[in-house]
Amino acid sequence: MKKLIVILLLAVTGYFMVISFMDLGKDGPVVKNGVKDFYLDKTVSELKVANTITSIVVNFRGFDTLGEVTVLFLAATALGGILYKKRHHVGERSVLFPSSTIVKAGSKLLFPAIILLGVYVFVHGHLSPGGGFQGGTIIATGFLLMLLAYDNFSVSHKVLSYIESFAGIFFVLFGLSGMFMGKTFLENFMPVGNLNDLFSGGIIPIIYILVGFKVAAELTGLIYTVLNEKE
Amino acid sequence: MTYIILIFFLLVLMVGAAIYSIVQKDLLYAVIATGVISLILSAIFLLLQAPDVALTEAAIGVALTTIIFIITIRNTVRHEDDFKDRNDLKSAIK
Repeated sequence: MKKLIVILLLAVTGYFMVISFMDLGKDGPVVKNGVKDFYLDKTVSELKVANTITSIVVNFRGFDTLGEVTVLFLAATALGGILYKKRHHVGERSVLFPSSTIVKAGSKLLFPAIILLGVYVFVHGHLSPGGGFQGGTIIATGFLLMLLAYDNFSVSHKVLSYIESFAGIFFVLFGLSGMFMGKTFLENFMPVGNLNDLFSGGIIPIIYILVGFKVAAELTGLIYTVLNEKE
Repeated sequence: MTYIILIFFLLVLMVGAAIYSIVQKDLLYAVIATGVISLILSAIFLLLQAPDVALTEAAIGVALTTIIFIITIRNTVRHEDDFKDRNDLKSAIK
């Protein structure tokens, strides 16, 4: 009986979805030229940003990026909330066997290089492929390597939550100051500089650096929470 | 032409790894196979000239997701046959 109701509900929903999609192409294509040409033109001529994807993600669609960051924050918070009770009475991480000297020395050697690569990726987000999300995940994998190699390596949840909160607050503050100085939320109010310069693109690199810090702190905290959880 | 053949070859490899990860009873091997899927997918993204997406896929799909699954396997059971019914699963998770 339950299954029948579910199937009926799905059938009704599917029917209305098909009906609503049928009308889409009725009077010619909905998107004639789109905004593609606008983006490609404005990115280089007005914003002076070399990477079009970054200018779309941070400038033209900046509000969506704020939503994306919020979703990630909520996911990390929910995971911490679920595992909170178990973390209370757990001190040291349990390891089957300690890692060898070669692994320890190698990861100590690799760790700064990985962090540097992550920072490079999000600082140069407006010039080369990559950006805040990519750089943040690369930094998180660096911390993951250290957490796997050393069983006594630990990160402070307090510092991580401070970094995360300040990055999020400054993201919103930059958006609001765009509202006060310019016209809209996340308006690009700073001087844009020259094409292909490190200091160019107005608020785009600043916001991507903030996103990078936020994503790195969130994912590192998430991995640390999951690793420290034991039965 | 070689470009299309290369992408087709990688897609076939991806489907092969996906089927392997479903069929395999040892869950650790299955998780590694899903990591391989992500690695090949990031190579395909690079070939399709989407380096931004390729970077994300390489960092999240290959490293983070795989490791989280491996931690889950460490905390539960490794072989699929180890639990026959629901009660075994419950006792394994606790």
